[in-house]
Amino acid sequence: MSARASTGRTIAAHAVLLTYTLIALFPVFVIVINSFKSRKAIFADPLALPVPGNFDWVGYETVLKQGDFFLYFQNSLIVTCASLFFVLLFGAMAAFALSEYRFRGNTLMGLYLALGIMIPIRLGTVAILELMVASGLVNTLTALILVYTAQGLPLAVFILAEFMKSVSHDLKNAGRIDGLSEYRIFFTLVLPLVRPAMATVAVFTMIPIWNDLWFPLILAPAEHTKTVTLGAQVFIGQFVTNWNAVLAALSLAIVPVLVLYLIFSRQLIRGITAGAVK
Amino acid sequence: MASRKPVRWHIAVFLAPAVLVYTALMIIPLFGTLAQSLMNEDAAGVRVFVGLQNFATLFGDALWSDAFWNALGNNTWFFVIHMLVQNPIGIALAAILSTPRLRMAAFYRTAIFIPTILSFVIVGFVWKLILSPIWGIAPGMLDAVGLKSLFAPWLGKEEYALTTLALVSVWQFVGIPMMLIYAALLSIPDEVIEAAEMDGITGWSQFWKIKLPLILPAIGIISILTFVGNFNAFDLIYVAQGALAGPDFSTDILGTFLYRTFFGFQLQLGDPYMGSAIAGAMFGIILVGVCIYLFGIQTRLRRYQF
Repeated sequence: MSARASTGRTIAAHAVLLTYTLIALFPVFVIVINSFKSRKAIFADPLALPVPGNFDWVGYETVLKQGDFFLYFQNSLIVTCASLFFVLLFGAMAAFALSEYRFRGNTLMGLYLALGIMIPIRLGTVAILELMVASGLVNTLTALILVYTAQGLPLAVFILAEFMKSVSHDLKNAGRIDGLSEYRIFFTLVLPLVRPAMATVAVFTMIPIWNDLWFPLILAPAEHTKTVTLGAQVFIGQFVTNWNAVLAALSLAIVPVLVLYLIFSRQLIRGITAGAVK
Repeated sequence: MASRKPVRWHIAVFLAPAVLVYTALMIIPLFGTLAQSLMNEDAAGVRVFVGLQNFATLFGDALWSDAFWNALGNNTWFFVIHMLVQNPIGIALAAILSTPRLRMAAFYRTAIFIPTILSFVIVGFVWKLILSPIWGIAPGMLDAVGLKSLFAPWLGKEEYALTTLALVSVWQFVGIPMMLIYAALLSIPDEVIEAAEMDGITGWSQFWKIKLPLILPAIGIISILTFVGNFNAFDLIYVAQGALAGPDFSTDILGTFLYRTFFGFQLQLGDPYMGSAIAGAMFGIILVGVCIYLFGIQTRLRRYQF
């Protein structure tokens, strides 16, 4: 292959990727820049950058005054962190039991837990709502945390069990000879070694929980339990003609996720690529 | 060891929390919903077992079946668009990204994945604003390339709305097939590629003849993920078009149909029994899809061990 042909191919590759990157980022970019502009400027020249002449905070002022976004944000944070904690803890414990011990029903239990990877939990919504009504958990964050824990467990158990199989048996047996209990072996020897896999599972579990609209809408639509996703949806529905407020609310919803993603993107991408090679 | 071991309680302790939460909130409600789809209320409001009556109503009674078949048809079209647009674009992007010694690959990868992490609420409204005829972005941009006549209020027209929303969903999720295929391409050993180059197979023919057969299992996985995701979709349609999935139900899919039936809308009361029947139908569709994949496709794909 001549050097020129390969240069031409490289340029073509960059052209395609750059075009698609623009398609992926353009809508987000347009929303964020327009959220800082006055109403007139939003319509007169939607693609202009916010400059001193057309700059306006009014959208953000409306959002902060009208919507209780700090509360929504706090709710989302509590729900996501608590669910994540339980998914990781319970998931790692179950994965350890499945990968470490041979017992009757091991494979069956593994399959039972893996069922939830393919069958979406949403299909049980009718009965979940009845359960929550019966136990008085409707409009509580506990309801959401329970559902999301159940939703995240199957994939967590599956991925963590794969990783735990690779933890050295010598290490665990050395611990046993030193008289460590099985619980100590799990918490002090195995858990620290699978930390990278835990981080991957954490990112995978977190994104759908943070972004979910279905369960907050059905199980916890009250004002004091709204998550950011539901709060933004309701707010935008009410302020649909106030473009400044809508754009500002969208930007406020985008930015935290974007920052988190940029911090964890390496972890996430490594997780996807490692999981898929299998 | 011949001697009988004592009961190993720690296994139960390790398994119990996960199994309890999972069983209580996932398995029992799922089967509870399926059981409820076989029930209905008689005239006195007492819950009675009616067998497959609800499904017969859902599939055959014009009052319900029109909406059901409409939602199923729309859902199928939604899935077809994903298979025809999202997955080929994802594969193409992954193939380009995996070019050896490509600069800025990490940047492209990170940037193209960004829409995937955004919530449906953001994606739905962002595109609603951009495609809005009131705000001049879409018509303005078409005007810039001299195609203004092509512009239509796509989300408001019955014949375009569903396709437009499917393409928005494609825009959002193209990162997933891209990443999975990218990973599969990276895992092809260099020796295989080198051997192909020795034989004079390079460029496109190398992709079609060498790499594509090797990544078929990954394509199988993204197809089934797309299938389950699409037949379970709800959020994007709800955010962009509301629970009524307008205009005139042209964007109604099974998820929005389930929501409307279960919770009621406008003057119609919610019906948990028919709602359960719709969830049961969705369960059946997804189960059939997963079984076709597991037994019909996955076992026939040839896997290569390196």
